[in-house]
Amino acid sequence: MGVRVQTVDFDPGVEMAAMRLGNPKIGAIASFVGIVRELNEGSHVAELTLEHYPGMTEKALEKIVADARARWDIYDALVVHRVGTLKPTDQIVLVVVASAHRGEAFQACEFLMDYLKTRAPFWKKEKTPDGTRWVDACTADDAAAERWS
Amino acid sequence: MLYFARLREAFGRERERVELPGEIRDVAGLTAWLRGRGDPWARELASGKPVRIAVNQDMAGGATPLADGDEVAFFPPVTGG
Repeated sequence: MGVRVQTVDFDPGVEMAAMRLGNPKIGAIASFVGIVRELNEGSHVAELTLEHYPGMTEKALEKIVADARARWDIYDALVVHRVGTLKPTDQIVLVVVASAHRGEAFQACEFLMDYLKTRAPFWKKEKTPDGTRWVDACTADDAAAERWS
Repeated sequence: MLYFARLREAFGRERERVELPGEIRDVAGLTAWLRGRGDPWARELASGKPVRIAVNQDMAGGATPLADGDEVAFFPPVTGG
C-alpha cells in the first residue's frame, strides 16, 4: 500500500517484485505505466513539466487508493507519480494492484488511473516548437472517471 | 492562499497571506473579493472559467465556509497521469 510523488524514475519490475514477495496469497498483479508521448494535439513535444500541490496530492492519491480498496477485494496497491521535467519516452506514472485473481486487479488498476487523472492535483505543461502551453483537461478523462460512479 | 499552474503564472505569485473583511465567510465570497482586485483576477476567476478551489487540501465549493488560518488553493482542472 502506498503512494509516492517523486522526481526520479521508477522500475516497475522492482515495485511488482516487492509487492509479490510481501504476500503469498497474491495470485494476480496488474500494472499500468503512463509515458510521455512525442506528439500531443498535433504538436511535437520536446519536454513535459509536471507541477503538483505538495500535501494535497498525497492526500488525494491516498483517498483514491482507499476508494479502490473499498470497491474491490485487493491485497495491495501502489501509485508512483513523477513531477518535474520529463522527455518523450520517459515514464510518468505507475499503478500496481495485487489481488487473488485477475479480475479485481485489472478493474482496480483502471479505476485508479481514471480517478487519478481527474482528482489528483497535477498539471502538465508542454514545450513545443511554438512555445510552452498548459495542457487542457480532457472531457474523455471525465467520462472515463464517471463510469465508475 | 496558494495558486497553481496557469493561475500561478497569470497572478504572478504562488502564495500570499490575505486579511479578509469580516463579512466574507465562504469560498464564493472570497472569489468575489479577489475579482474585485481587477484584472488578471477578474478575468481568470470570472464565472464560467474552469477554476477549482481547495480548502485545507480538500476540494471545495462556493458554499464551503472559511475560518482564520485556512489554506485556500486556486487551480485549473487537473491534468496528471
